[in-house]
Amino acid sequence: MGQLRRGTREVGVASRRVNEIFQAAWTGSSDGTDLPGSLASACVRALPVSGVGLALMTDEGPAGIITATDGAALELEELQFTLGEGPCVDASRTGRPVLQPDLAVTAPVRWPAFAGGALEAGIRAVFAFPLRVGAIRVGVLDLYRDHAGPLSPDELTDALSFADAATLVLLHEQAGSPVRGAIPIADDRAEVHQATGVVSVQASVGLAEALVMLRARAFAESRPLGGLARDVLAGTVNFGRADDGG
Amino acid sequence: MAREQRLAEVFVELADTLVEEFDVVDFLQTLTERCVELVDTDAAGLMLDDQRGNLQVVAYTDESARLLELFELQKEEGPCLDCFANGQVIANVDLAASRSRWPVFCGAALDVGFTFSHALPLRLRRQVVGALNLFTVEPRGLTEDHLAVAQGMADVATIGLLHERALRDQVVLAEQLQTALHSRIVIEQAKGVLSARAGISVGEAFARMRTHARRTGAQLTGVAEAVVTGTLHHAGLQAAMGTREDGA
Repeated sequence: MGQLRRGTREVGVASRRVNEIFQAAWTGSSDGTDLPGSLASACVRALPVSGVGLALMTDEGPAGIITATDGAALELEELQFTLGEGPCVDASRTGRPVLQPDLAVTAPVRWPAFAGGALEAGIRAVFAFPLRVGAIRVGVLDLYRDHAGPLSPDELTDALSFADAATLVLLHEQAGSPVRGAIPIADDRAEVHQATGVVSVQASVGLAEALVMLRARAFAESRPLGGLARDVLAGTVNFGRADDGG
Repeated sequence: MAREQRLAEVFVELADTLVEEFDVVDFLQTLTERCVELVDTDAAGLMLDDQRGNLQVVAYTDESARLLELFELQKEEGPCLDCFANGQVIANVDLAASRSRWPVFCGAALDVGFTFSHALPLRLRRQVVGALNLFTVEPRGLTEDHLAVAQGMADVATIGLLHERALRDQVVLAEQLQTALHSRIVIEQAKGVLSARAGISVGEAFARMRTHARRTGAQLTGVAEAVVTGTLHHAGLQAAMGTREDGA
């Protein structure tokens, strides 16, 4: 949060934090096969929350629970999946974060069926972050807490960084190109998003796959994603199937 | 038209945009365009706090990649970043004379042809939620009057972001900021899709989507989503643009 007192705060810390989270998750995952689980465990350790859940989403809607750090988190993930209601369902449907610092006050009105189950499971606060890159929706990161109260600005910043890292992991999983080893951090330039749209048309693929293709090409050619995106926009690089051979 | 009259019109236009289901990115886009029109500047861009310690561009008046680069640079160094960090107006920055303070940024801005830059904070009490950045080609600063209008625009932008919502609510602020940032990304993705499908520039693609949104009363982000999912075909957008004159 841009507080007036933040003058001395280091800028660019966020992307570094995402990288840090990613590397820690990679190290914590024995062979890289349970990256989501490792990331969720790191999240529950780093933030003052009692449980973390990750749900996958595809274009067709919620596609199942990927990981949960404890029984209560798993129970609430499953409950929402079954009921089709709850903060995480809203976050995935609307693409907006749903921050509920006090479920006892807000949940019974907004999600009557979910509220009972949540309070019974001992959960008092939920913070649900949609994992998306614009129109690309890959899932939701859900933080559960056994006591009420909001996240502090610093905790919110960290939660958003975990969400960024989880977005990258799920993006690659969803596109059938799981992350192996080093992953370049996200690049939020307008050109990258425009180029993603162009590549999706050229290669007749969805936006998620187009973004993964761009990232993979940049990685393979050891060049910055922004530069490759500009070449795509200028027409000097084409991802059309016809050009694959030549 | 007298400037005062046009000024009043613009503020009414912006206030009118703030209806129930308004599109925040479209609103901020209009605001930056009016800023260039009313304040003696040549380019404008608006950046928001991404709540991860960075600024992200959500509206800009010019598709040129070089201008975008200036905004990107400001994540690392520049008056916009300093304005965001300490909440103060940093206006009438003589770029040639400020090279020692922001060497990379000033060099890049001078290369693009600008001589002056101005940064105004989007303030919400003790917090800064973003910054409005203006660039001028002609080597002259802004008058007090123009600066006041620019700050007024920045304040209206903050109101738009938090429209009809409890201003005290950190939760709402976080939800709004994150949503605005992603809306902008959807629009960029749609510009790419539409430009590739219709064989037009990304600037033209943006203009067509906005025209379509205006004509149909739809939200810009909704139009962009429809382009991305393929439910809105580019031919439909062209038709919406129309070639028929509306008189005059």
